[in-house]
Amino acid sequence: MEQANKKKLVVIGNGMAGARTVEEILARGGGQQFDITMFGEEPTGNYNRILLSGVLNGSYTEDEIFLNPLAWYEEHNIHLLAGKRASGLLRRAKLVYGEDGVPVPYDKLIIATGSRAFIPPMEGTTMVDGSMKPGVFVFRSLEDCRQIAEWAKGKHSAAVIGGGLLGLEAARGLQNFGLDVHVVHLAGHLMQQQLDAGAGAILRKSMEALGIKVHLQKNTTTILGPEHVLGLRFADGGTLECDMVIISAGIKANWEIAAGCGLTVERGIVVDDQMRCPDDPDIYSVGECAQHRGHMYGLVAPLWEQAKVLADHITGKNTQAAYHGSKVATKLKVMGVEVASMGIVEAQTPEDEVVQFSEPKRGTYKKLIIRDGRLVGGILLGDISKAAYLMQAFDRNTPLPEERLHLLFDIGDPPKQVTFAEMGANVQICNCNGVSKGAIVACVNAGKRNAKAVMDATRAGMGCGSCKSMVTEIVEWACGGETEEDPSVHYYVPGIPLSKPELIRAIQERKLRSVSAVFDLLAGGKEDAASKPGLASLLKTLWKGEYQDEKDARFINERVHANIQKDGTFSVVPQIPGGITSPAQLRRIAFVAEKYHVPMVKLTGGQRIDLLGIRKDDLPKVWHDLDMPSGYAYGKSYRTCKSCVGSDFCRFGLGDSIDLAMKIENEFQGFDSPHKLKLATAGCPRNCSEAMVKDVGAVAVEGGKWEIYIGGAAGSSVRKGDILCYAASHDEVLKYIGRFIQYYREHAKYLERTHGFVTRLGIDKIRAVVVDDSEGIAERLDREIAESKAAYKDPWKDTWLPENDKQFTSLLPILQ
Amino acid sequence: MTLSNMTETKLGRASDIPPGEGRVYQVEGEKIAVFRTRGNEVYAVQAECPHRQGPLADGLLGGSTLICPLHGWKFDLKTGAALFGDCGLKTFPVRVDAGEEIVLGRGE
Repeated sequence: MEQANKKKLVVIGNGMAGARTVEEILARGGGQQFDITMFGEEPTGNYNRILLSGVLNGSYTEDEIFLNPLAWYEEHNIHLLAGKRASGLLRRAKLVYGEDGVPVPYDKLIIATGSRAFIPPMEGTTMVDGSMKPGVFVFRSLEDCRQIAEWAKGKHSAAVIGGGLLGLEAARGLQNFGLDVHVVHLAGHLMQQQLDAGAGAILRKSMEALGIKVHLQKNTTTILGPEHVLGLRFADGGTLECDMVIISAGIKANWEIAAGCGLTVERGIVVDDQMRCPDDPDIYSVGECAQHRGHMYGLVAPLWEQAKVLADHITGKNTQAAYHGSKVATKLKVMGVEVASMGIVEAQTPEDEVVQFSEPKRGTYKKLIIRDGRLVGGILLGDISKAAYLMQAFDRNTPLPEERLHLLFDIGDPPKQVTFAEMGANVQICNCNGVSKGAIVACVNAGKRNAKAVMDATRAGMGCGSCKSMVTEIVEWACGGETEEDPSVHYYVPGIPLSKPELIRAIQERKLRSVSAVFDLLAGGKEDAASKPGLASLLKTLWKGEYQDEKDARFINERVHANIQKDGTFSVVPQIPGGITSPAQLRRIAFVAEKYHVPMVKLTGGQRIDLLGIRKDDLPKVWHDLDMPSGYAYGKSYRTCKSCVGSDFCRFGLGDSIDLAMKIENEFQGFDSPHKLKLATAGCPRNCSEAMVKDVGAVAVEGGKWEIYIGGAAGSSVRKGDILCYAASHDEVLKYIGRFIQYYREHAKYLERTHGFVTRLGIDKIRAVVVDDSEGIAERLDREIAESKAAYKDPWKDTWLPENDKQFTSLLPILQ
Repeated sequence: MTLSNMTETKLGRASDIPPGEGRVYQVEGEKIAVFRTRGNEVYAVQAECPHRQGPLADGLLGGSTLICPLHGWKFDLKTGAALFGDCGLKTFPVRVDAGEEIVLGRGE
């Protein structure tokens, strides 16, 4: 029989740690390796001890808090010795003794005995026979809950000794019995483990508003009453009348069984990184009774981590698994008040940076402690909307954004209503491609361990791109922080393993003038379709007139100089600089629209006229008949520059925005760039042309000056641009805009809009380079712009060239 | 499909398709996109993308990977397999003959 070969695994303790560890062992096929026996002091299966206060206050029934009902043990062939305490351990014989004296043999042993309530020394706690004085309770188990509820009937008042988390929860529970509830606390403020004095004071107010009386700095010396509880006496001589006392003054590890057989015990049972007792390779310990690297943990999250490592190791699934300790962060609700706490609660060195907000009236308190740009501690009280983000930053030790304000508040961004854990699986994350949170998580679980791989596989974030950051966050969350970085995110294009500066250097040194030459010499001849347009754009920027165009490297729009539509037809937008047209031009456009049966003629947002639904074969004829230059409404390039009516007619106009827009168009038309560039000029700060939300905008202000904005956006993202500088003339505007555009062309990732670029580098950096010439490249930038301008050719004029042969033919004839 | 019931059609000169691009031919009412890579390999698949009927011949080609111009769906032209999603392309046998002409095979 296979069973004869199984090893005997005995687990002492059937609480949250013991049962969870067994679950983890079963999940690793441990059911085939081990016959499992569990000692459980309580007569039931494993329940969620965290919810005991909920049972006390009536929000849960006892049945509702069970994690592993008795049937679970049967189902997994676990021999549960329910209601039986393990009383002794004989290591040499490998036997655990139950209190009935019956030995149970083991090959491997796990001690998960947890902890019990710490009862501080107080006179009158017990009766002469050593039993607890009637009316005195601890609050650790379902049985405690039952006894408290029974005693509370018909009583008037209760005191809770201990103003920690458990004590406050017990206090809230007791209120439900109609009792007057007092919390008696030794320290100067409530929950001193998780809160500082400021937060503690606010929490106290919230508690008192709920009718709980809080007594701080009270050292209880005596529990009064000869037969049962009548009150408390304090060290300061004061007294408090009450009918019952709940002691919730901390916990004490149950290590006796380990100490009794010579295992090392300090405050808890000492374990190594594999959760093993250093004295005995066959004995492990986990949970509240275990002490790892001097730390003991009373929260569930560390316990889950310990259980995994233990299970990995004991089953041999991963003998290298190691527990390195946990960073303690917790989010909880104390009597309806939401609290999140992580790490330290007070600054520890003069260099620690403290960011704080306090609004006692509304019960809100926020405090962060930052060291070397990373979060080492935090308290959120009342409003914990930023908790998910902060706890993640704390846990992973990630650098924080410079703008500290955003750490505490959501300002200007739509508030994140739910955490990813709370978010429903069918919530749509990518609205372009209809990808749900569930699909992203499924993709991660199927083995895609970074955002790029998930985006490639699900197409999430591959439409307008505005959800990319959220997709990335969900992937990180779903990976539990263990993402595998895809190195290609640092490349300019995925198919060439070089960053943009490295790529530019290689292209210039080796004089690579065509996309196929780049693939041949920098990628071993391996073409990558997705990399082609980015390379073509960069080569054009670098080589200008010397660039060797290869049509196949271009997206279809740039092959045929028109914008592809959903039915495979194209849209044609002729250039109309400054949005100024004429009757003659309009007549010509009307003539073309009729001649080619253009299904839709539309005014664009860029102050131009769009002819939509033109067949590819008709494009050259349409351009010929229009006899207008290309408006570039199809390219990853300079598109257009809008303008308000400016100073000629408008009574508010301060500067000639139309003339400036025309000059800008003439300067930058057709420039390839990492993404599209949409510009605007405004003749006064009323900003009718929306120049402040353009990639580049110029706004006339009083005093004959122009304010130059960069990095604005009003598409899938909305952002007001940053002021780059002021310029005194049109020429100066052109100079600064040109330098910025060239800098963007040289440094932005492909398909990175200016708002992302400006945010990434920071306006200060860009201003230093472009305005103050901090890198000494301003003159070169000016020269590059001039050369690009000189190399400009209107693409609608060269349609007769031989390289365009059949470029516009949608159906090739068959030779017969 | 066996060779016996396959009909071959000469489409035209390979050089009619610029390297790295695709073009559409209509063969007995059926539109077929034919691609010629820079390595001078040819592939033939259905002309429309199964996603939203995008014109595949206008897509971006790199090796045998094709990206549809409308929404970026990706396919391997050798097998017709979708590189994400599960709706692939119908493929046709195609070759360049000694006379540098494209020959397409189609089953009955």
